[in-house]
Amino acid sequence: MSGYALDVAALVRKDLRLELRAREVVPAMAVFVIATLVVFHFALPHGSGRDAAYGLLWVALVFTALLGLGRSWVPEREGRTLDGLVLAPCDRSAIWLGKSIATLAFLALAQLVALPAFALFFEPLTGQAIAGVVLADIGICAVGALVSAMAAAGRTRDLVLPLVFLPLAIPLIVGGIGSSIATHAGSYLLFLVLYDLLFSILSWASFEYVITE
Amino acid sequence: MGVALAMVFFVAPVDADQGISQKIFYFHVPIALTSYICFGTGAWKGLRLLWTGAERYDLESYTAIHQGTIFGALTLITGSIWAKASWDRWWVWSEDQLVLFLVLFLFYCAYFMLRFSIEPGPRRERISAVYALFGAALIPVSALAIRLSQRFIHPVVFTRHGPGMTHTQFAAFCVCWVAIAVLAYVMYRIELVGKRSDAQLQDLREAVAT
Amino acid sequence: MIQAAEIEKRYGRAWALRKTSFELAQNGFLLVTGANGSGKTTLLRMLVGLATPTRGSLAVAASRAQVGYVAHDPLVYRDLTALENLDLYGRLYRVPQRRERIGMLLERFGLWDARDQPVSAYSRGMTQRLALCRGLLHDPSFIVLDEPFTALDEAGAELLDRELTALVGSATVVVSTHDPMRVAPLATARLALT
Repeated sequence: MSGYALDVAALVRKDLRLELRAREVVPAMAVFVIATLVVFHFALPHGSGRDAAYGLLWVALVFTALLGLGRSWVPEREGRTLDGLVLAPCDRSAIWLGKSIATLAFLALAQLVALPAFALFFEPLTGQAIAGVVLADIGICAVGALVSAMAAAGRTRDLVLPLVFLPLAIPLIVGGIGSSIATHAGSYLLFLVLYDLLFSILSWASFEYVITE
Repeated sequence: MGVALAMVFFVAPVDADQGISQKIFYFHVPIALTSYICFGTGAWKGLRLLWTGAERYDLESYTAIHQGTIFGALTLITGSIWAKASWDRWWVWSEDQLVLFLVLFLFYCAYFMLRFSIEPGPRRERISAVYALFGAALIPVSALAIRLSQRFIHPVVFTRHGPGMTHTQFAAFCVCWVAIAVLAYVMYRIELVGKRSDAQLQDLREAVAT
Repeated sequence: MIQAAEIEKRYGRAWALRKTSFELAQNGFLLVTGANGSGKTTLLRMLVGLATPTRGSLAVAASRAQVGYVAHDPLVYRDLTALENLDLYGRLYRVPQRRERIGMLLERFGLWDARDQPVSAYSRGMTQRLALCRGLLHDPSFIVLDEPFTALDEAGAELLDRELTALVGSATVVVSTHDPMRVAPLATARLALT
C-alpha cells in the first residue's frame, strides 16, 4: 500500500476502534431509523402507495445520516486531537477520506438494519433501489465529512450542520428516489455517480483549507 | 433603471396571451441571472482567497454572496407574482428555476449562519470561501436534479416560452438586465465600501484605545 | 531557525498576542514566560503552524515531520489506550521501528504497566506523561512544549528535566512556563510576554 492509503487506513481503524469501544453512534442510528419508520407508518395514510413509502424511506435515511454526521468529529473535538492530526506530516485530505470511510461504515451498518425493516414494514426493495442507496451513501459521507468539519469550527455546530447539509443533499435525494421508483433507473444512478465524483473531488481538494489557518 | 422601466412599460408590446402580467418577466429573469452572477462572483473571489490568501477577497466574496441572496429573494418574490398571474397560484413546484432558487436561498441562508458562528479570522475566511465554491458546484447539480425530479413528481410540465421574443421585447429584456446588473454592482460597491470603512474604523478605535 | 518580526494575533476582536519579535538559532533553547493570557499558547501554536499571525512575519525552518508539539491539551483520544494512541501517531509520522520506539518511550515515562488502559482511566499526571511521549515519538528536531510541567509530580518533573537536558544541543526547543526557575539553566534565549 502507498503511504497515503496507509494513513487513511490508520485513521479509519482509529474511528472504528473508538466506535467499537463506545458503541454510541451505530446503535443510536439503527434505533433512530427504525423509530422513524414506525412514525411514518402512522404518518402515512392508508393506500398512499409504494412511491410515498419510498419517499419516506429517503427522508429517514437522510436524517439518520445527519445523526451520524453530527457525531463524526466529536472524538477530534474532545481533547483537540484534530490539532494532533493536522500537525502530522500526512496529507490533510487523508483525514477527510478516513472520516468519510468511517462514517460510511457506520451508515452502512445502520442501513443493514433499516433496509430489511423497510422491506418488512412497507415495500420489498428492488436491486436498483439498493444501488441508489449505496451510491447516495457515498455522496452523503463525502460531503457530510467536509461540512460537519466546517460546522464543527463554529460555536453553534449542532444547529448549523443540518442547515448546511440538507440543501446539499437534495440532489442525492432526487437521485435516490428516482432510482427507487423509476422504471428506467439508469439516468438517476448515473446522476448519483456524477454527484459522488464531483463533490468527492471538491471535498478532497478543499478539506485542508477547512481545518487549517 | 428609469430607461429600463420605460422600455418595459411603454416600448415592449403587451403579450398576446398573458397581457400586462407578462411584464414581470422583464424583471424576474434578469434578477435571477444577476443573482447567478453574484453567486459566481462570490465563488470566484473565494477561489482567489484560497489561491492567494489575500484577506480582501473574503469581504468581496461575502458581499457578492450577500447581494446574490438579496437578488435571490427578489427572484422568489417576482417568480411568485408571476406564478400568481399565470397560474393563479402563489407557488408552483413545476417551475424549475423557482425551485432552484428556493434551494439556493436555503443553502446561502446557511452560509450566513455558518459564517457568523465562527470567530472572525483566517479560519472563517477559508471556510466561507470553500462554502462559496460548493455553492457554485451546487447550482448546476441542483438544476439538473430538479429537472430530473420533474419526471416523477410532475408528469405534466407547464411550458413557459411560447413563441420566441420579438426584437423589441428582446431589446427591453436586455436593457432591463443591464440595468439590474448595474444596480447589483452599485449595491455591491456600496456595501463593500461600507464594510471596509467599518473595519478601518474598528482598527482606528483600537489604535486610539491602546 | 525562527525569525519573528512584530507578529500579532487576533481572535475575533480580542488581541491574543501583541507585537512580538525574536530570533532563535538552530539548536537554541527559548524560554517563554508570561502571565496567564499573555499569549504564550498563541505564540506556540503559531510556531508549530497551527495558527498564522494576523500581522507581522514569522519564518520557521522546520517541516511538519520535524516538529514535536506538546500542547496544553494532551492531543490523545481518551477512549483509546496509550499504546493505541501512540501507534496511530507512529503510523502517521512513519516512525521507523515503531513498536520498539513506543515501548521504549512508555518505559522511560513510567507508563508501560498502564499501556493497555484507556486514557480516560489515567490521572492528569499520567496523561501529561503520555502527551510528552506523543510529542517526542518521532524524534523531532524542533520541539515546542506548552507548560510541560503542568500536573507532573516531582518524579515526572525530574524526568522531564532530564529529557530536556538531553535535547540541548541536538534539537531546537521552545518551552513556555510560568515557573522559569526549573529550566532557566538550559535556556539560551528568553522571551517575556506581557
